[in-house]
Amino acid sequence: MQVSYEVKAGDFSRAGHVSSTVKGLMKQLAISPVLIKRIIVALYEAEVNVVAHSYGGTIACTIEPDTVAIEVRDTGPGIPDLELAMTEGYSTATPEVREMGFGAGMGLSNIRKNADTLHIDTGADQPTVITMQFSLLHEVNHA
Amino acid sequence: MHDQPFHHTLTVNRELCRGCTHCMKRCPTEAIRITGGKAQVDPERCVDCGQCMDACPHHAILIEQSDINQIFEYTYRVAVVPSLMIGQFEDTVSEDEMIAALHHIGFTHITYAEFGVDILKTLGNRISVYADEHPVVSSYCPAVVRLIQLRYPSLLPNVNLVRTPAQIAALYARGVLESQGISSESIGVFYITPCAAKYAQIKTPGSATEGLIQGGLNLDSVYNLIQTYLAQKPVKTESWEHPPITSGSFLWSLIKGESASMQGRTLSIDEIHNVIEFLELVEDERHENLDFLELRACDTGCTGGVLTPRNRFLATERIKHHAEKLPQELDESVKQEILRHSEKLIHNLKVDRIAAKLSLQLDSDLSLALKKMEKVRAITAVLPGIDCGLCGSPTCRALAEDIARGNASIRRCMVLKMKNPHGYHNLVKVWGEAVPPQHSTTEEV
Repeated sequence: MQVSYEVKAGDFSRAGHVSSTVKGLMKQLAISPVLIKRIIVALYEAEVNVVAHSYGGTIACTIEPDTVAIEVRDTGPGIPDLELAMTEGYSTATPEVREMGFGAGMGLSNIRKNADTLHIDTGADQPTVITMQFSLLHEVNHA
Repeated sequence: MHDQPFHHTLTVNRELCRGCTHCMKRCPTEAIRITGGKAQVDPERCVDCGQCMDACPHHAILIEQSDINQIFEYTYRVAVVPSLMIGQFEDTVSEDEMIAALHHIGFTHITYAEFGVDILKTLGNRISVYADEHPVVSSYCPAVVRLIQLRYPSLLPNVNLVRTPAQIAALYARGVLESQGISSESIGVFYITPCAAKYAQIKTPGSATEGLIQGGLNLDSVYNLIQTYLAQKPVKTESWEHPPITSGSFLWSLIKGESASMQGRTLSIDEIHNVIEFLELVEDERHENLDFLELRACDTGCTGGVLTPRNRFLATERIKHHAEKLPQELDESVKQEILRHSEKLIHNLKVDRIAAKLSLQLDSDLSLALKKMEKVRAITAVLPGIDCGLCGSPTCRALAEDIARGNASIRRCMVLKMKNPHGYHNLVKVWGEAVPPQHSTTEEV
């Protein structure tokens, strides 16, 4: 089953709407609460990234009996230094964004912590495509 | 505790029910459907919050009646009385009269349910909570606990596992009598309950109250007995001792009554739809600064319980007024008595971890659940989306789920039928008829 949603840039008041909707769907499927939590934390971070840092984008979730795959695709401006962006606490968020409670610099590292596999395709002046996968068959150990 | 059926106290009187959909629209867990023109409650989804009873304009939703005579099976009859009982009366009825009436009804011993708070404080010098996760969610309201079991299983580790004040008061009352050499079998502890959920909890086998509380008594029926006694204008005879309680504990069941005793940052939320709105946020784990959540299914807390006869705002005011006259601290002698029983109490203050209820899942098998969800999405797309309720399901989405589960047919949608009778028949062919319940025989077409 695939569901997809559009995410608008700068619409902080609706940030989290997609992850809440997906959470509602997953709760009706036989997916364990622990796993749902992990998926939603990662999805929420990715959703906020699109709102805060991109020109807007789409989120597509594919739920299969054995995996959940999420693709978050924006239209730019891309991450020039991915390694730096993955560092905990590193943030390019403006003071205004931080005042709203976002931009703590934990987004990408939180996604990495929660997803079973993570792939990020980006670069300066490029769209960013984040793909993450979660296995539903066995609980992968996440410290 | 294992995943076992909840005992339910609410039933629909089919004679009085007109199938008007008020209850169905209000139900916070979408447990009600109108079938054959009558409301039906799904026991797997009902949390006994009592919203339906409150919403019904025809008084067709009834609560299981408690029989006062059950108390006379015991030689020693302990009433666990919620402090909000005094709030049900005008100022003209004193605590003296209320206590005398309760003795007259047949109770040999009376304790306030909220005295359990004082017991906890005396044992530990402060109110302790016990939960695996943060923020701690109050377990005081059994409808909220059931709601979490059903809709927010990921929050079960947040639920406080320390017994509720009423349970602790019951435990203590029983312990005191047993220490006087009275046999356990001759002691009956009865909790006078202001709501359907507390009554249902007592009746649920294996619940935290099993063995501790022998029965529940509906607050409204006890209220009637007290009023009957008072109406007979008894000549002032003996005056009974007031059960001990402090003013802080007396306010426990009111909004912010419990959270006032908790450490850290707290929030109190009343009315079940508000609670649901907030639990959605808590589930998303974005509120790490909160320490304790006091959640109540009823508006204004327990004074808004479906079994409370008096206006909830007036009741709240009377309780607060009465609390002003109560001491801040327990008598030293009462404290010493509690401490004498501390050994037995301390080992029995916690309840078992609570199991999730999975009845909202479309199927217990993920592949089948996914197929059903695809179906739900496809059906929702053709339904009108106006949630009129004429089909007997609370929303178009709920009807789509009912169809996907095989519990309903798209034939139920009156709007589709009126708009496009021809297309409607095709839809029935696509989505199928309701699967008849297994026990009935299939009729020939």
